Amino acid sequence: MSTEHVPDRLAGRYASGDPGIPADELWAVEAHLESCARCRDRLRLMLPARAPEVAALVDGVWAGLLPALHGAAPAPGRRRRRSLAAWLTPAMVPWAGMSLIVAVLAVVFDGAFRGAGAGGGVAVLLAAPVLPVLGVAASWAAGADPMHELVAATPRAGLPLVLRRTAAVLLVLIPILLVAGAWTGVVIAQWLLPCLAFTTGTLALGGLVGVARAAGTLVAAWTVTVPALAATTGQWTAPLRTDVLPVWAGLMVIGAAVVVARRGGHTALAASR
Amino acid sequence: MTRLVGAAELAPAGYAFEVRAAGLRLQAGRRTVVDGLDLSLGTGVHGLLGPNGAGKTTLIRALATVLRPAGGTLEVLGRPATGRTGLREPRRRIGYLPQEFGYYRRFTVREFVEYMAWLKEVPGADVPAATQRAIDRVGLADRADHRMKTLSGGMLRRAGIAQAIVNDPVLLLLDEPTVGLDPAQRVRLRELLQTLGADTCVVVSTHLVEDVAAACTGVLLMADGRLVFQGTPAEIAAAGGPEHPGDSPIERGYAALLARPEPAGGTW
Repeated sequence: MSTEHVPDRLAGRYASGDPGIPADELWAVEAHLESCARCRDRLRLMLPARAPEVAALVDGVWAGLLPALHGAAPAPGRRRRRSLAAWLTPAMVPWAGMSLIVAVLAVVFDGAFRGAGAGGGVAVLLAAPVLPVLGVAASWAAGADPMHELVAATPRAGLPLVLRRTAAVLLVLIPILLVAGAWTGVVIAQWLLPCLAFTTGTLALGGLVGVARAAGTLVAAWTVTVPALAATTGQWTAPLRTDVLPVWAGLMVIGAAVVVARRGGHTALAASR
Repeated sequence: MTRLVGAAELAPAGYAFEVRAAGLRLQAGRRTVVDGLDLSLGTGVHGLLGPNGAGKTTLIRALATVLRPAGGTLEVLGRPATGRTGLREPRRRIGYLPQEFGYYRRFTVREFVEYMAWLKEVPGADVPAATQRAIDRVGLADRADHRMKTLSGGMLRRAGIAQAIVNDPVLLLLDEPTVGLDPAQRVRLRELLQTLGADTCVVVSTHLVEDVAAACTGVLLMADGRLVFQGTPAEIAAAGGPEHPGDSPIERGYAALLARPEPAGGTW
């Protein structure tokens, strides 16, 4: 872009429609006018004297246009909803609400579990691994997201978008569980690792069989394993004891490794149709 | 601001046809829907005709790279669409309107199209202008700030078309875009398709023969997962004679071309 403005003489000739301006100069003048408000304004002031008929035409057009422009609403600057959707889609809102309700219920029922001799925070601990799995499913499964087919065909589809939405799931969930955990006296480490391990597990398995199926499998496995372990060890929180935490860390790392190794996934329609 | 022509716009295409398929086999679930399809599509409006269940939607999904072929080769914009990777670059230049597309009900038309522009990696600074242009082109400017859930069926279709063209695609895939449009809107859509077809490869699937006659430069006729015919609308019309059913030459030609292999399973 040039910083040199149109000389007065040339601008005057241009305003009066002089056909003698060489084509290259004309082109340069017009290119400059497109980008320079100051020169356009100078041109506007010259018009009435140099080309009264053009000035009249412009005034006429403005007179016709102004009422319509006053009627039109300015383009709204509402971009919040779309920026938010880059992370948390509206399809995930019901899940977020459900997580909140589950967390509240877990706190409410905590007293009852304590009464039954199960120890504090059992309900929170048992819910912690399942909630992110459902969140990931809500954010990426074909049946849960109405825009799935449209999104799956876009260049952003794939692991980066899945990770973005997963991050949003965790950002919503962790504060909820943090409050619920603090209320019932559960240490963060005890639920955070299983929670993350199940999240990476869903993504890893989801890359192979589809997120919806992966989520179903993991939730089913959890609901079968916990009572089974409770029956054999007599402890509801057996899989979440502090000495089992390294196992959860290992699972999380394996899940993350599989996700990275199969990062080409999640770019096709989910198989569930 | 002076518009600069970028190197990417001047670069030669590097492919002869926007879509090229050889021996393509596609499956919907476990069922083979398309088998042994050979296809080359260049710039222009290509009508994809065929009876229900002929494999039109499955083929369009494969062209949109959301369905991986089960066999054969498929190149979209010069890139193989058979792998799991390398799709990002061609997808930036593809516009896709599925037969049934979902949307977030609380989004306005503008938010919906802007969200799709973001997903298609349109540069952030260009998103508002590109969105406005796409909405203008489908004639929804007066509804741009209405919520999606308040739109009628025809308006939803047009919003769908707006999201498909928001990234100025080189390959535009429209699956049944005329469903739900009234006659006047269909005429407008045909005009839009003709404009776009000047420099874009447009593939329009439809079962309305008159759409093809009016708007398309080429016709693909599919039946039972195979390509029965590829040519111009005039050639289809020429294939029919007075003995074939139909109200217009192109309908008679359609009936004639489909009648050759006797369709199984009833008169419909």
